[in-house]
Amino acid sequence: MAESLLSLDDLAVHFKVGNSFAGGVKTLKAVDGVTLDVKPGECLGLVGESGCGKSTLALAIMGLLLPTRGTIGIDGQQISGTTPPDRMKMARTVQMVFQDPYASLNPRQTVRRTLADPLRLHGITDKAEVEARVIDMMAKVGLRAEQADRYPHEFSGGQRQRIGIARALILKPKLVLCDEPVSALDVSIRAQIINLLLELKDEMGLAYIMISHDLGVVEHVSDRVAVMYLGRIVEQGGWQEIFENPRHPYTRALIAAIPDPFHRAAISADAKARGEIASALNPPPGCHFNPRCPLKADVCVAEYPSFDEVSPGHRAACHFRDRVG
Amino acid sequence: MSLALKIPRLRLKGGSSLWVGGGLVAIAIAAALLAPWIALTDPVLDANLMNAEIPPCWEFPFGTDAQGRDIYSRIVWGARVSLSVGIISQVCNSLIGVTLGLTAGYWGGWWDDVVSGLTNLMLAIPSLVFALAIMAILGPGLVSLVIALGLTSWSYSCRIARAQVLSLKSQGYIQAARILGYGDLRIMFTQILPNILGPLIVIATLGMGGAILAEAALSFLGLGIRPPFPSWGSMLSEARDQITTAPWLSVFPGLAIFFTVLGLNLLGDGLRDYFDPQSTTRRG
Amino acid sequence: MTTPLLKVDNLRIALAGDGVTYNAVENVSFEIGRGEAFGLVGESGCGKSITALAVMGLLRRPLSLGGGRIVLDGKEIQNVPAAEMRRLRGKRIAMIFQEPMTALNPLSPVGKQIAEMFVLHEGANWNEAMDRAEDALRQVRVPSPERRIRDYPHQLSGGMRQRVMIAIALACGPDLLVADEPTTALDVTVQAEIIDLMAELCAAKGTAVLMISHDLGLVANMCKRVAVMYAGRIVESQVADAIFATPTHPYTQGLIDSLPRLGERARRGRQRLREISGVVPSIANYPAGCRFNPRCPAVTDVCRTIVPEATPLPAEGVVRCHHHG
Repeated sequence: MAESLLSLDDLAVHFKVGNSFAGGVKTLKAVDGVTLDVKPGECLGLVGESGCGKSTLALAIMGLLLPTRGTIGIDGQQISGTTPPDRMKMARTVQMVFQDPYASLNPRQTVRRTLADPLRLHGITDKAEVEARVIDMMAKVGLRAEQADRYPHEFSGGQRQRIGIARALILKPKLVLCDEPVSALDVSIRAQIINLLLELKDEMGLAYIMISHDLGVVEHVSDRVAVMYLGRIVEQGGWQEIFENPRHPYTRALIAAIPDPFHRAAISADAKARGEIASALNPPPGCHFNPRCPLKADVCVAEYPSFDEVSPGHRAACHFRDRVG
Repeated sequence: MSLALKIPRLRLKGGSSLWVGGGLVAIAIAAALLAPWIALTDPVLDANLMNAEIPPCWEFPFGTDAQGRDIYSRIVWGARVSLSVGIISQVCNSLIGVTLGLTAGYWGGWWDDVVSGLTNLMLAIPSLVFALAIMAILGPGLVSLVIALGLTSWSYSCRIARAQVLSLKSQGYIQAARILGYGDLRIMFTQILPNILGPLIVIATLGMGGAILAEAALSFLGLGIRPPFPSWGSMLSEARDQITTAPWLSVFPGLAIFFTVLGLNLLGDGLRDYFDPQSTTRRG
Repeated sequence: MTTPLLKVDNLRIALAGDGVTYNAVENVSFEIGRGEAFGLVGESGCGKSITALAVMGLLRRPLSLGGGRIVLDGKEIQNVPAAEMRRLRGKRIAMIFQEPMTALNPLSPVGKQIAEMFVLHEGANWNEAMDRAEDALRQVRVPSPERRIRDYPHQLSGGMRQRVMIAIALACGPDLLVADEPTTALDVTVQAEIIDLMAELCAAKGTAVLMISHDLGLVANMCKRVAVMYAGRIVESQVADAIFATPTHPYTQGLIDSLPRLGERARRGRQRLREISGVVPSIANYPAGCRFNPRCPAVTDVCRTIVPEATPLPAEGVVRCHHHG
């Protein structure tokens, strides 16, 4: 079995909010016990709605937030609450593509500088080599060399996202975390960026974590899929298993919620979730999804379900995992 | 907002603010530097009580003051004082304020608490009073004046810098820089600072004007530039009682301050636009 | 043939630029029957939102009505005086927006904002209005409405705020509800519930809906007829089922083909998504002839010079393309 590129072991990231004066200090358990791994060259799709903790998880994986509990292993490096990451080494291993192309580029830097500075920072001082790598990367993402001296505001949203991708790949990382890379783009150019990301993955042998709320995108790009709800993974498995045979009511609710003009989904409309997403400050007792779950029973409130296998490689945290669907 | 004058087929680069403001400030600086050559008389020594309070005429273009000294010459020499006080003290304030604000906003935590506390303290004490206290210790004179004014008005730039940093911190490109391995200082000075310059430049130029006016107050109280040495502020203060009887005594120093401060503000506007790659008045 | 509730005929909206006037929207015509749901789909900048504003009489400088007619229930309303338009808004036409946090008054309790509708348009007194406001909240399925009427907008979640918006809009039983991207800012599972709620309430009250969105799937699911806009013009208009089954305009085809849909990969393996090349043109750079021509895979010379006429399709559909007529 191939060595994991990324392995999260019972990762938790908690925040303290409030203060002693105004209602006391509460703990926000943004990420609360996530165990995951990503192999080299693999694409893991991470699905979840607001409050599920995927952004916090992303920051922790990038080494920007220290874990409260658990460990993160990236390409041999171990990060935990007491062992901060080696930032320079991390930079050459894992990078990120951001959601908002309008806020993720320094408006006062040309493309050339945005791409060249990291190279220089990491010890590549030969001017010719820096220039060559910058132009090469720009070509790979579909930008022309003569655009190198332009500023971000001179580009469209799709082009800015390409620059962001180029920046993420300039140091030749092994793992790229894509946080909703196409949600902020016009619908007609999403395909361009998705195709580009997949091409680059194959060409450069990258592993991806694709965070998206768009299940269509997740199904298209992922090898494996993990579904998050209120800080925990509730279901995980191969892409086909998850979409054709989802075993957690939340996954089924997500699929049922997608408008389905071709009537192709395997899920019927009564799998839809009811009510609002709870706050991570005050998660419901037992299974976090129980207030919204069509299958809710007493055991769901009493006890948090174990994250057990439904079939090899496919796990779900639901008391009724074998009966669902 | 800068205005862009459109002379047919010639668009002024940088907008007219940059040029008009720059021009005014350049005139003031030139006056200060060339004082020994363009002044008509010695501003201190050539005092002839026989010539007291003569309105503007051919011999004395701006008239004379109560001691019979040529006001034009005093204004030209006074430029040295006002400009050095204004510019140097504000540069000092900006350096202190921006460094504190930048680091407080970026690092947060206890350092932010310390800086915010200090800033609140500074804002609570009228800066003039604080400057007075420092001058009382250091004694009067140009150097003490610059030090006093340079250490007491940094809270504005600090506040603004901190607020700007807080709003920029969560921008994708700052996170990207951290992920690319940029160190904190590098991020603060190469990523954040260039993007918050706009308001800081405006504050700096406004502050220069304020410093020039503060100098007037302190000089009047005898703690700044003591007579007979000329400074625009002290000239203005000395002429207060004669505004109706001998208006030229206050009008010319007043105009000098007015045009210099106006020039600084316009220059600040123009510079802010010039450095902003998205501004339409920028060339290119 | 009964008179349609809303008839928009040859609408043209002008945008005043630096000394030039652009046509942000032109030749837009559609009809909405009583109680019918009609969808207007397009990407950002295509003019769908400003078309809605024109219908509501809410165009402000630099936008203005350049021509055409807007006929509500047989009466032309494009030129009515402001006072009369104010009376129409709220009572006969209502609108809900994408971002409820900015559309609701942050300083006023939500119950009061709903009650205002009754006071303003139906002359109710405040007590009566507050009671009816509580009822309205119940209708939009806000739990514990008797307590929620005193809440401020920031105390509610995004989904709740959108329900409040719907309650305000439907308070006086308008004939037409204009919904501009009402669910785009919401999570997927909440989105589904809000759409279902809107559909149910409008059906119950006989309110027609003009649904504006960039999500073709969502609109096709909810609406009876759909019109697709591109660069200020309607390029295709058909009944919802037909738009997906037989899209005729290359842009519509491009949109449908370019987005990954659930179930596709299982059926056909991972196909490279069909891209629509190029970018959406800005209003100052609208191409001559058919505005889609720079990006169209089927472009010919006539497309670059002549604006395509409206060609009828079955079931009162319409398409504007030289290759379908």
